[in-house]
Amino acid sequence: MSHEAASASDGAGPPGVPSDPDVPSDPDVPSDPDVPDLYARMSYLRAFEERADSLYRQGMIHGPVHLGLGHEAIAIGAASVLRHDDYSIGTYRGHAHALARGAPPEAVLAELLGRAGGICAGKGGSMHITSTEHGYYGSYAIVGAHLPIACGLAWAARIRHTSQVTACFFGDGATNIGAFHEAVNLAAVWRLPVVFVCENNWYMEYTPIADVIPVALPAADRAAAYGLDRIIVDGNDVQAVRRVVGSAVAAARGGQGPSLIEAHTYRLKGHSAADGGAYRPADEVARWRERDPLLRTRKGLLQAGLPAAALDEIDRQARDDLIAMTERVLAQPAPDPATAWTDVWDDGGWQWRN
Amino acid sequence: MAELTYRQAIAAALAQEMARDERVVLLGEDVASGGVFKTTTGLRERFGPDRVWNTPISEQAIAGAAMGAAMAGLRPVAEIMFSDFYATCWDQVANEIPKVRYMTGGQLSMPLVLRGANGSGGLGFGSQHGQSVENWAMCVPGIKIASPATPAEAFGLLAAAIRDNDPVIVFEHKALYSRKEQCPDDEHVIPLGRAAVVRPGRDCTLVALSITVGICLAAADELATHGIEAEVIDLRTLVPLDAAAVLASVARTSRLVVVEENPGQLGWGASIAAIAAQEAFYDLTAPVIRISGGNVPLPVAASLEAEVDVSVPRVVAGVRALLGQLRQSTG
Ligand SMILES: Cc1ncc(C[n+]2csc(CCOP(=O)(O)OP(=O)(O)O)c2C)c(N)n1
Ligand SMILES: [Mg+2]
Repeated sequence: MSHEAASASDGAGPPGVPSDPDVPSDPDVPSDPDVPDLYARMSYLRAFEERADSLYRQGMIHGPVHLGLGHEAIAIGAASVLRHDDYSIGTYRGHAHALARGAPPEAVLAELLGRAGGICAGKGGSMHITSTEHGYYGSYAIVGAHLPIACGLAWAARIRHTSQVTACFFGDGATNIGAFHEAVNLAAVWRLPVVFVCENNWYMEYTPIADVIPVALPAADRAAAYGLDRIIVDGNDVQAVRRVVGSAVAAARGGQGPSLIEAHTYRLKGHSAADGGAYRPADEVARWRERDPLLRTRKGLLQAGLPAAALDEIDRQARDDLIAMTERVLAQPAPDPATAWTDVWDDGGWQWRN
Repeated sequence: MAELTYRQAIAAALAQEMARDERVVLLGEDVASGGVFKTTTGLRERFGPDRVWNTPISEQAIAGAAMGAAMAGLRPVAEIMFSDFYATCWDQVANEIPKVRYMTGGQLSMPLVLRGANGSGGLGFGSQHGQSVENWAMCVPGIKIASPATPAEAFGLLAAAIRDNDPVIVFEHKALYSRKEQCPDDEHVIPLGRAAVVRPGRDCTLVALSITVGICLAAADELATHGIEAEVIDLRTLVPLDAAAVLASVARTSRLVVVEENPGQLGWGASIAAIAAQEAFYDLTAPVIRISGGNVPLPVAASLEAEVDVSVPRVVAGVRALLGQLRQSTG
């Protein structure tokens, strides 16, 4: 074992986040008339996740919570180009993707707080938020597991000629698991209508992604191996996400097969709400805070002439709404313990023997 | 004697074995920074990057590389962060690692350890991070299985697992990581395959493992207030299984209750019950009872999780019913 080999594989040096890879960054000034609406949606996600974070820190959420703080532009930008009957699917960091598709926030919050009105009946919790009614086919907590599942959703759409597209969201770390490679290969070979969106936040839990990949970019630099284009987008720019995911969705819908998009972003907080994120250098965090997707969109809207008061009002409404919602949800009872024994089988029960 | 938490005991056992044998190397996700459960804290700093390797999220590569390194003469200890993730490297764990000594006619040995966080313990980890899966491994001949119930056991069983020339999976319980206890200062090894009677009693035998040891001890305290003296056996390892300790206890108490955290469907308790049915039939004065987790995926909401998890009241009620103090059985 050589020391060099050890360093190359898990570099003891400072976590490497490329300063500014070749990201085609849009000017932040909105060219898209929907931007005020996109801002409001992102603002709501931000308020929701901040609320979840604070409830977690008050000990009111049972089990782990992974926040999408900082990733809002990806969830909102992508959802904005999906048709209502398209499928999407994501990870344990999934609140935002469910909400972005239209899942009712009150039911999602009730799931987090272990209340009877939870969107998964209290059985899934934060890591498994799902709303099939809104096209969000679930949050999965085994890294990589849902990429092959996304292939299946897309395959069903192909077989049935429904022109539905599947959007699949996952992290940079997930590109190192076998399921990623099997799924992207299958999608490419079967020309499946699936858009894989890698939310590269540069960390897999505490480990910088650069320490565990031999290329610079986890998804983009692997795309060629599956005959796919190298697509990179500034994941903190909602207009850019909208444009890039939009054209991938159009291609998939048009029968041109899958895309693999790498969206660059950053967690505003730790890996989970229990993690302070102390392993990230302060200057790196500060640099990314300047690229906060909400701040950037806000700046653009101000430049375009929207009054600051209007944007403040949007933020305030989101926060107020969530405070009132929290009160209502906390007033709900806990799920009836008897329901622990329902829904293992299609007949509603759990029995495995007579 | 030093007071150690369960997680510190694991780090201490790893340090003891790494200092003793330079063939011991660690690999796993985030292990170089101490691991997400802080069970490898300080080891990279002390033993250097050649001994402690961070991996990508690649469980097949982790288990497979551990296997190859073991074949080549190292003694790897691989962390599989949550034992639910064994499913993602099940080929290596079920088809490769336990088979290779046998199918090569003994040409190869497999001195490796796979270890990580297991179990529910009421922490809200849910269906994909909260399972107790010892029984997944127990149906594959060729894997040894240790499940420590205390910090001292975590230390001693892990040390023994590392010294063992066969593959061992150590299932650490995530709800026990912060538990504290005095641990011996000098070299500490607990042989695999030796159960402990952790509370003597004459009325019934409670067989427990990992988190259910504490549950059974608490239940035994409560049962004592009802005039029932329960003997509690901590199995410590499922393979090798100290069946003799169970049978000897049943010969004394004539009643057997097996308490496991996993769902009852083919849980390890079924094997204990079957052994008792065959080998202690004439010692038994009552049916063997199994108390286990519910036969459902693990729910997250606290009210639902408490309904399906094994608990002290369920053990107390089960034993009292067995001894005729209560009418209905909750087994
Ligand atoms: C198969 C598997 N291995 C390990 C884990 C533990 N784990 C959960 S999240 C995570 C990091 C994932 O990083 P990334 O894919 O970049 O997503 P992010 O959390 O940054 O959004 C790890 C290692 C897991 N859940 N599943
Ligand atoms: Mg990441």
